[in-house]
Amino acid sequence: MNLTLKIWRQQDANTKGEMKTYEVSDISPDMSFLEMLDVLNEILSKKGEDPVHFDHDCREGICGMCSMVINGRPHGPKQAITTCQLHMRSFKDGDTILIEPWRATAFPVVKDLVVDRGAFDRIIQAGGYISVNTGGTPDANEIPIPKKVADEAFDSATCIGCGACVAACKNASAMLFVSAKVSQLALLPQGHVERKTRVEKMVAQMDEEGFGACTNTGACSAECPKEISLENIARLNREYVGARLSSENI
Amino acid sequence: MSWFSKTLNSTIGRKIFMSLTGIFLILFLTVHVAGNLQLLIPDGGKAFNIYAHTMGTNPFIQVVSKLNFAFIIVHIIWSILLTRQNMAARGVGYAASSGASSKWNSRNMGALGTVILIFLIVHLRKFWYVFKFGEVPTTTIDGAEVPNYFLVVNEAYSYWYYVVFYVVCLIVIAGHLNHGFQSAFQTLGLNHKKYTPFIKAVGALYSIIVPLLFALIPVMMFLRNL
Ligand code: HEM
Ligand code: SF4
Ligand code: FES
Repeated sequence: MNLTLKIWRQQDANTKGEMKTYEVSDISPDMSFLEMLDVLNEILSKKGEDPVHFDHDCREGICGMCSMVINGRPHGPKQAITTCQLHMRSFKDGDTILIEPWRATAFPVVKDLVVDRGAFDRIIQAGGYISVNTGGTPDANEIPIPKKVADEAFDSATCIGCGACVAACKNASAMLFVSAKVSQLALLPQGHVERKTRVEKMVAQMDEEGFGACTNTGACSAECPKEISLENIARLNREYVGARLSSENI
Repeated sequence: MSWFSKTLNSTIGRKIFMSLTGIFLILFLTVHVAGNLQLLIPDGGKAFNIYAHTMGTNPFIQVVSKLNFAFIIVHIIWSILLTRQNMAARGVGYAASSGASSKWNSRNMGALGTVILIFLIVHLRKFWYVFKFGEVPTTTIDGAEVPNYFLVVNEAYSYWYYVVFYVVCLIVIAGHLNHGFQSAFQTLGLNHKKYTPFIKAVGALYSIIVPLLFALIPVMMFLRNL
């Protein structure tokens, strides 16, 4: 396949960036999207040019590092996969592909397509954990948890923190991510002790980081590689309002 | 800031304002359309004039009317607050944007709302202001002299461009409500496997039926005046 790539190039956080055009040829449809960029980078390196920087790690859809907006869609045109799981057979020979970084004030560009997602880490640090001592491993089924609830908590826990929800949202809102992280703990007994303080602190940190508000467009969930559902956002709102009204935190 | 104002000023708190005021406005529209449909009763405006006179003098309705003004102002101010927050949160925009993952009206609530605001200003100036502060001819109903509001409305809707303006604005309101109705419940955390499909269905129907009934009024009155 022969492709025209328009890629966001930006030297560093303080330099203005721009879209640059590159041509690649003889791309196999079986290559992953990242492998296609590897090919481009080899060509650029050989020419002595600066290769395109992009984040990646596992390349098997579980770490959440790969982050690109491809033709206006985070993780590209396919549903429920990450960029590293996207293959060139999803494109046509001769296509022009626009590749941009996640766009959010809270995710500043480090270089080219690499953004700093530290804001998500700080939201987790604010309360997305369990700090009470839950003791040794309990016997199986000692704490009865209905299968349905366990499944729901697990679904929320599948969020890999990639940030595609923020990138997809017209408001750069982090509500889907925060709601998944709040839900996975709020649904299970181990999470109950710190339930109220957790949601209060995580939402406060989310606001501190400068993410937008949720207009319920549903773009986040539609673009999420793990298909985290909007029910989580409703739960987050319930948890937050309930906690603010009833917690002892002033 | 106290815990209370911090809560109200949080992202979620701000959205709660939007949803509660939005739901109130939806309730208001329902009552408003029911009352105004009396304009179509072919009795020379008698039913409508009695209704409008009662609404204009009933102290309870007067309180609700003030609340309604307050809520619409809150809805507008908070929509500006949110829109500013949201635009700042994006910063640099995308070169390519795709509308594939959400509905157009859900992404353009602010633009639709702005058209509604323009509509409201024209609408209030043309009717509410004239009814309250302008000179309205009177008519006698059952021996009592009451303002003939019907005549004012009938006169306005004899101009085709007015009718077109109303119909276009009502389509915009339909677009706003088509997303807003169910969105307000989601914002309040009311998402439930049993009830959400019902809320969405009611919202979809509401956003078509109510603007349609409203649009019927200027269209029918214009046709009758031909
Ligand atoms: C007939 C009058 C109106 C009704 C019934 C109405 C109703 C609603 C409802 C139910 C929502 C959803 C709230 C939520 O998602 O929680 C909403 C959202 C919104 N409204 Fe209105 N609205 C009206 C007029 C306006 C006006 C005049 C403006 C602006 C000038 C406006 C701007 C907005 C915006 C920007 C949103 C989206 C807020 C967000 O989710 O970020 N609306 N409206
Ligand atoms: S909710 Fe989905 S899109 Fe958002 S960070 Fe988690 S996995 Fe990524
Ligand atoms: S590189 Fe790990 S999810 Fe794509």
